[in-house]
Amino acid sequence: MAENHITEVSGTGVPIRGNDIDTDQILPARFMKEVTFDNMADYLFYDARRDDDGTLNDHPLNVYEGANVAVVNKNFGCGSSREHAPQAMMRWGVDGVVGESFAEIFRDNCKSLGIPAATADRETVTDLQDWIEANPDGEIEIDVEAETVTYGGRTVDVEIDDAMKEALVEGIWDTTALMYSNLSKVEETAAQLAYVEGAD
Amino acid sequence: MSRNTLYDKVWEKHRVTELPNGQDQLFIGLHLIHEVTSPQAFGMLRERDLDVAFPDRTYATTDHIVPTETEKRDRPLEDAQAEEMLSALERNTGENGITFFGFESGRQGITHVVAPELGLSQPGMTVACGDSHTSTHGAFGSIGVGVGTSQIRDILATGCIAAEKQRVRRIEVEGSLGEGVYAKDVILKIIQELGVDGGVGHVYEYGGPAVRELDMEGRLAVCNMSIEGGARAGYINPDETTYEYLRGREYVPEGQEFEELKAYWESIRSDEDAEYDDVVTIDVDGMDPLVTWGINPGQVIEVSEPIPAPEDFETGTERKAARKAYDHMDHEPGDSMLGYDVDVAFLGTCTNGRVSDFEVAADVLAGNTVAEGVRALAVPGSETVREQCEARGLDEVFIEAGFQWRRAGCSMCLAMNDDSLEGDEVCASSSNRNFVGRQGSKDGRTVLMSPAMVAAAAVEGEVTDVRRFFDDRARTVSADDVEEVAD
Ligand code: SF4
Repeated sequence: MAENHITEVSGTGVPIRGNDIDTDQILPARFMKEVTFDNMADYLFYDARRDDDGTLNDHPLNVYEGANVAVVNKNFGCGSSREHAPQAMMRWGVDGVVGESFAEIFRDNCKSLGIPAATADRETVTDLQDWIEANPDGEIEIDVEAETVTYGGRTVDVEIDDAMKEALVEGIWDTTALMYSNLSKVEETAAQLAYVEGAD
Repeated sequence: MSRNTLYDKVWEKHRVTELPNGQDQLFIGLHLIHEVTSPQAFGMLRERDLDVAFPDRTYATTDHIVPTETEKRDRPLEDAQAEEMLSALERNTGENGITFFGFESGRQGITHVVAPELGLSQPGMTVACGDSHTSTHGAFGSIGVGVGTSQIRDILATGCIAAEKQRVRRIEVEGSLGEGVYAKDVILKIIQELGVDGGVGHVYEYGGPAVRELDMEGRLAVCNMSIEGGARAGYINPDETTYEYLRGREYVPEGQEFEELKAYWESIRSDEDAEYDDVVTIDVDGMDPLVTWGINPGQVIEVSEPIPAPEDFETGTERKAARKAYDHMDHEPGDSMLGYDVDVAFLGTCTNGRVSDFEVAADVLAGNTVAEGVRALAVPGSETVREQCEARGLDEVFIEAGFQWRRAGCSMCLAMNDDSLEGDEVCASSSNRNFVGRQGSKDGRTVLMSPAMVAAAAVEGEVTDVRRFFDDRARTVSADDVEEVAD
């Protein structure tokens, strides 16, 4: 079981504005033809970051290099379930995300990777995005346990769902080992099911 | 909190225990895998020296990267990356004793088409796959959830996912569908009304007269797009339509065993007095066919409606999203989608790649030809679908009309193989996502619609009301009608 307790995440921010940013934009499908996640950072927002002639444009990821906290808007990560998307973000350097809301699978994937995904109302999020734009080198801290974000001398409340918070703080976001220890109970549950071979 | 719904009952039966983080450990009764999202998970398993816990409850096929032209399916595949993914899947399934429906099996196809047609997906199951459209399987009355690669590792190693229960929204679909209006239109209507994020935090239970009347393939199309509405899962209570569909399928037991299973299926239906977190009613009586006009599935209208002007939206963010869509799709305020030029027609996918979808499309195409300059692709959702269509002679109808008749795969739904939009081509598509770049070109434009509407668009070379192809044209709308409404 991973021993990594994640109680806070900090660093500079990157505002990625827009609602309903889907995983096809975050990680275009044509880059998923690899059997490992190793190179995914190179493909993050690949098309959005480039002009038609292939040169890098002023997409925030090109501007806020080295950032650790992504600040996004509504329904971020909707669409395909590809874990390639948060994997690419993580490998690019993102350790935590703050947004108005996240698509479920994307949030689950973040949890599996130990990336806190905090939500806040529209005003709080856009204030933070504005602040990053004015202070690109400014420090932002997500306190997972207290459910707050601190930046520029102020602390605002955010929400982190209970299971995610518990998992990160207790260092049990790697669920494989946790569930593996219950394998005999799993077999009992399976054996009770009408459709499972050998069930009563 | 919901009570005594199918979701509550099936969850309870599969709940192993509560985890220290407050989530439930949930047993997964059917695990489907494909080549794109599983190799990393098998890699993680090897790193930890773990075995696959329930190989018998795991089935694999290949869909996303496979070529759909017969001559390109020889091994090794021309595309080295695709070959690597396919061989990795063969190796991983072989080493772990997992059934793999590869090319030679004759049953290869899109996971969400293959598992239902073989009878692997059954009522009262939990179904998971590293693919968001796992919601499709809910059509049988099961909980189908899409998962990420780390969760695939969890399922391989433990047969379980860690999850928390969602709220249950009952969607009561009233009325009945007119001619030329299909299951696809029903789910597009639901997304139009509830939005692309309306379902976040919820699973959708679809019911009501219009849903009850749908056949299994229609129900699969509805549940398939639950995820486009933001819901993690969507389901329909099983009934005689479900049981009759299942009877005699390859993986469905017969005789006494079938009756016993049926008793289980009946027992997990939502009770009469089940409680839901909320109930929404949607009326589809007199509804016209729907098409998307923008770049997410919620930007959708009935063909009789004008494309909404960005200013008509209530919130600033919706206005902005509409402007982005106008830009990408090249619209002017007041435009109708009718008459919107189409370069490509694409039939297939896990939404609408089943036999009945090709049947309705063939009905429209019979005696017609694809408009000049339109590239038209018919891609069966599985090899089984292809065979059944060919047995009925449908392939000939498509070929005569000017369609290419292909082999099974995801194809131009996400263009991970050679099937891709070029430049700013417009595609009339029976798929489920119209996101920018989804069909392989970042300037490509996707218009989602039912298979019948795709066939009609192929013939006319533009978006059109398919009902003009039917005998009774009473309800057909034209672009002129839409302008009148807009004025
Ligand atoms: S057909 Fe499209 S949506 Fe369905 S599984 Fe394939 S890529 Fe995904």
